[in-house]
Amino acid sequence: MIVTCIVLGLMVLAGLWTVMTRSLVRSAIGLALTSVILTVLMFLLGATMAAVFELSVCAGLITVVFISTISMTKALTHEALLQKTRDRLKRYWYLPALLLVGGAVLAFVLAPLPPGGALPAPATVDFAALKQMIWKERQTDILGQITIIFAGVTGVIVLFKERKGEKE
Amino acid sequence: MTEAFEVFKTYWIFVVLLALSGVYCVVATRNLIRVLIGMELMTKAATLIIVVGGWVSGRMVLAQALVINLIVVEVVVIAVAAGLVVSLFRKNGSLDTRELKNLKG
Amino acid sequence: MPLVFVLVPLIALLAINLPLGSVGRKLGFPTAALLALLQIGAVLAAPGAWLGSPAPSGASGVAPVVGGLKLAFSADRLSLLLLLSIGIAALAALCVARGLERKEDRGGESRFYNLVILAMAGMNGVSLVTDFFSLYIFLEITAVSSYVLIALEREKEGLEGAFKYLILSVIATVMMLTAIGLFLLTTGDTSFAAVAKAVSAGQAGTGASDWTLLLAAGLFTAGLCVKGGLVPFHAWVPDAYSSAPAPVSVLLAGIVTKTTGVYTLIRLAGTVFAGAFHIELIFLVVGILTVVVGALAAMWQKDMKRMLAYSSISQVGYIVLALGAASPLGAAAAAFHLFNHAIFKGQLFVNAAAVEAQTGTRDMDELGGLGSRMPLTSWTSVIAFLSAAGIPPLAGFWSKLLIVLALWKSGHPIFAVAAILASILTLAYFLMLQRKVFFGKSLEKLGSVKEASAWLVVPALVLALVSLAVGLLFPMLWNTILVQVPGI
Repeated sequence: MIVTCIVLGLMVLAGLWTVMTRSLVRSAIGLALTSVILTVLMFLLGATMAAVFELSVCAGLITVVFISTISMTKALTHEALLQKTRDRLKRYWYLPALLLVGGAVLAFVLAPLPPGGALPAPATVDFAALKQMIWKERQTDILGQITIIFAGVTGVIVLFKERKGEKE
Repeated sequence: MTEAFEVFKTYWIFVVLLALSGVYCVVATRNLIRVLIGMELMTKAATLIIVVGGWVSGRMVLAQALVINLIVVEVVVIAVAAGLVVSLFRKNGSLDTRELKNLKG
Repeated sequence: MPLVFVLVPLIALLAINLPLGSVGRKLGFPTAALLALLQIGAVLAAPGAWLGSPAPSGASGVAPVVGGLKLAFSADRLSLLLLLSIGIAALAALCVARGLERKEDRGGESRFYNLVILAMAGMNGVSLVTDFFSLYIFLEITAVSSYVLIALEREKEGLEGAFKYLILSVIATVMMLTAIGLFLLTTGDTSFAAVAKAVSAGQAGTGASDWTLLLAAGLFTAGLCVKGGLVPFHAWVPDAYSSAPAPVSVLLAGIVTKTTGVYTLIRLAGTVFAGAFHIELIFLVVGILTVVVGALAAMWQKDMKRMLAYSSISQVGYIVLALGAASPLGAAAAAFHLFNHAIFKGQLFVNAAAVEAQTGTRDMDELGGLGSRMPLTSWTSVIAFLSAAGIPPLAGFWSKLLIVLALWKSGHPIFAVAAILASILTLAYFLMLQRKVFFGKSLEKLGSVKEASAWLVVPALVLALVSLAVGLLFPMLWNTILVQVPGI
């Protein structure tokens, strides 16, 4: 239980850092870090397959998407960056305070099990069962996946394609 | 069941905190890309809740299937969102959210 | 086999995109229009054929086996009504797009038709699913198609509207996903049937995790309210509707927002959350607030499409208000008003597209006296707004009457009266619109304005006729169609 609480706390801290850090690139890396800690949590809970998926896609692919977006939109000049940091801290200090208060209130209201109680061991899940579930039981969702991938591809083509005369 | 439920409550607190961070990021930022990052954080919180839900009710296989589907869908959404951000940048020349004030009334 | 409604658009999409070169592009409009027509035809011609798909029983995934595939789609009369509305609204939007197509844009236009086909597939899926998670997936399909459609012209306005819609939509999605996680927690399943069972069991006082179920239901409903543009989450609606390209506005206002928001609310309120947790109080309050706020804001607008957007918010409020009556009559009234709104609001946006195309502006202060120059547009507009305001003998009158009756009979007379008063407001701002744009003195710079092209006028005419026909034939339709709707 203590391990879980620590990892959960780490995840929230990583998320906090992601939000509050100054540079965009560090923020994207913070997001990847949060994903990694989430993967650890998912492993602890027994969702091994999904954890692997989450790691490769969210900590990998999405970070790549963000970094390429950041590079496609040229970085701010140093001047503007300084200006933004000055009023940035003023806006952002609310967040840790909010989280502390929120956490305290929630902990009081929900009164969880004190550390020391054992985490029930997760049942091992084998690959075949998962494969069966995805392909046989949730075929509606598979159809949805295919459709949304088409929508996404169309969207990306529409939005990313540069038209002649647009680039100045 | 109750013992697992107690564990769930612990998870719930942290999930809410993470989601709050995400919402705060979306609302308080002046940079379009940070809005996307905030959205991703919120989605992570939701993913965790689904996994915990599956664990508590013992339907881990279902939860994993849901999470895998969810991740695919969210990647598509973020890709399109990134496309919007890049197009906005090309039109406005900046990533400032305060530029998005053209529609008013 | 309601599966076809999702599968056929997908196959058509593949078919027209695979052949490279200009052949595929030219096929865009005919294919999409054909799909919409087929959808309308399929629902009207043989409604019975689609029904009777056995709803899955308690465990997830016990669905009819179709050629080796097990897909949990099932249709009931409410779904059919929505499918019909989707077909009609999509057809109208397609005609408007065709009318506004410029010769040199031929290449890029195929994206529009692709996206509309995808949106249709998504919305059809929404009307047919039986599981919360599948609902989420098809809602996201519709949403992604909408984002891209709004931003299609890649102008500042459209991109901005799309982005604002995106932000709120993602927040709504996260709320819904959390709710799904909580449903999984308490019931071990995400299908409608399982959650319905848990909710009714929870009502009986048993079940230790009552608050999680309540929280889950509340979160999911809140997420749907954001998607539907209800107060206080309506901020994205005016921006998205007015900044989208004209045919996209027709689609958005006509059906997308309604499908993703209120249709799902109608379905959930009627079956899954049936009267639990006093959810009807929320519907009453949110509904009446939405109606009033939308109507009041509409009066201050100068931009034609923005005013129509606020009007849409207001009318959607009526639909939710009807759900607050928590009775079969209320659900039927809500569904009927959903259909009517698709018709008359879609038509008003078609008219707005015509006006914008012919005059180049949406600012109502700059318009005036178009009635003599664009007679068809003007008269269809009159029919549409009379229907919206609930004037007999048009269709809108009947649906508003049903809403008021449902509220009255279920013991909420104050809300019924408020609904009637708000109708007066509706009439007021629409009269203002009509007077400003169509009646009144004609300005000189609008001297050369002619009636819009056939592609823009014919849909308006057809939709107006439908409003008229449904209104006049209503007593006949009542027994055959509507009484059955809530008997899901």
